Amino acid sequence: MTSIFRKAYFFLIGLFLSLPLIVVAGVSVNQKQTLAFPPQGFSLSWYGEIFLNPEWRNALFASVTLAVLSAALAVAIALPLSWFLWRRIAPWANIFQLLGVAPFTLPPVITALGMLTFWATVGFYGQPWTAVVSHAIFFVTLPLVTLSLGFTSIDRSLVEAASTMGADERTIFRTVVLPLILPYIVSGYAFAFVLSLNEYIVAYMTVGFTVETLPIKIFNALRYGYTPTMASVTVLFVTTAAVIFGLVARFGDLPKLLGAMSSDGK
Amino acid sequence: MRREPPQTLGDYLPLLFPAAMLTIFFVVPFGTMIAVSFFQRQQGGFYTPAFVFDNYARFLSVFFGGVLGFSLMLAIIVAICCVVLALPFTYMLTRMARKVQVVWLVALLSILSLSEVIIGFAWSTLFSRTAGITNILVALGIMAEAKALTPSFGAVLTGMVYQAFPYTVLVLFPALVRLDPTLTEAARTLGASPLKAFFTVVVPALRNTITATLIMVFIFALGSYLLPQLLGRPQHWTLSVLITDQAIYQSNMPFAAAMAVFLVLVTLGLVALTVIAGRKGEAA
Repeated sequence: MTSIFRKAYFFLIGLFLSLPLIVVAGVSVNQKQTLAFPPQGFSLSWYGEIFLNPEWRNALFASVTLAVLSAALAVAIALPLSWFLWRRIAPWANIFQLLGVAPFTLPPVITALGMLTFWATVGFYGQPWTAVVSHAIFFVTLPLVTLSLGFTSIDRSLVEAASTMGADERTIFRTVVLPLILPYIVSGYAFAFVLSLNEYIVAYMTVGFTVETLPIKIFNALRYGYTPTMASVTVLFVTTAAVIFGLVARFGDLPKLLGAMSSDGK
Repeated sequence: MRREPPQTLGDYLPLLFPAAMLTIFFVVPFGTMIAVSFFQRQQGGFYTPAFVFDNYARFLSVFFGGVLGFSLMLAIIVAICCVVLALPFTYMLTRMARKVQVVWLVALLSILSLSEVIIGFAWSTLFSRTAGITNILVALGIMAEAKALTPSFGAVLTGMVYQAFPYTVLVLFPALVRLDPTLTEAARTLGASPLKAFFTVVVPALRNTITATLIMVFIFALGSYLLPQLLGRPQHWTLSVLITDQAIYQSNMPFAAAMAVFLVLVTLGLVALTVIAGRKGEAA
């Protein structure tokens, strides 16, 4: 491809991807409560509103709590499972790997509806913790994929050496496996955290009538009209995602995580 | 330490928690949903255990057939647009410096993780009368006056392509990184233009990858539940939107569950197709 063509193509794709966000960023600094672009006047008060207005602050708090807890639970499910599959020869256990990937492959509305009927049947519908469990199951795929990749990259001779020197299973896990797998735990957690923060349909179907997460709050606000706080929250979300993924890229190997190198081992 | 089969019952212990969680909170809810799809609906949003096919029989209406047809058509168009846009993009991306790649990947991941609510809001702003792109066109003198571009089919399509594009790139990325660079070099040495080399060497070499990606993006687009609602008119609603609507606003859980089961069957059929396409790819 000629370089001019390439530059033009990348510029157009970049424009397509960033244009909605540029307009939203512009809208978020409007002086008055108007939906106008280019912005009329300049004010950062709509960013303050996220933290000062109790409704938005509560939604932010609910979203962050949900994301912190559900990502932790997702990692707690994925870590022993992927470790077991790496350590043991048990082909039938792969069924759980499949179950872990399924919720993410199916259209999200299906997992959401399954959760809704389940929690309604067992009588916990609307309890805030049900959203944590639902999100953990929905996003368990992400730590599961990063951790499986991490385990396959561990050199088994390292573990073998530790074993020969007399280390037991527990010591090996703590001193050899865990340090090697830690970057993958962190990136799996980061992926699950960011996606949980943004998730709407599963949260809405499980706790939509009792808890307002930020995406639910934005959707409800959209139906009752417009406020620039929606725009400032959007900018906050995009920035958060970019910072977190940027950190993953800075301290980890992003192209490898995304499967670029997965054929090198073969 | 070599991999070995579990010897004692204690060796299975690490599996206990993940297996229990996935069974109780995924397999059981899924089963509950299938069961509810056969239940009898009562007035006022309740339902009673039964074994009726009424909920499935409702599919056989003109309205439902229309929604299903529209959902499939929309998802196909989105998948084709995304692959056509993403294939050259990803191909060129994999040939760039690593640092540039990482920046693009971070940007794509950030957009991919965005909530549908946020994407819908952003595009409805961009397509609005007061803050939209038409204002820019007016300022440039191309248009006489600003107007709203939403709700419309074009708005739904644009929003969904925006949502699915990063996903498409990330699905294509591993396959394109692995693509042997000597293939195109050989074509170039033999005198093919870069464009010709792309279409006569890269595209045919990736035929199976492209098929698999089309199906994956199709499934992804089928799952979009808010954009048709936020950017389109009721006639642009898809199966996913209809399921949400029946479950939440019409309180008809059995019908929503039946539609969801149907959607699962369509999706699973397509996943099976992807696997078959993948097998053929390995054999070729």
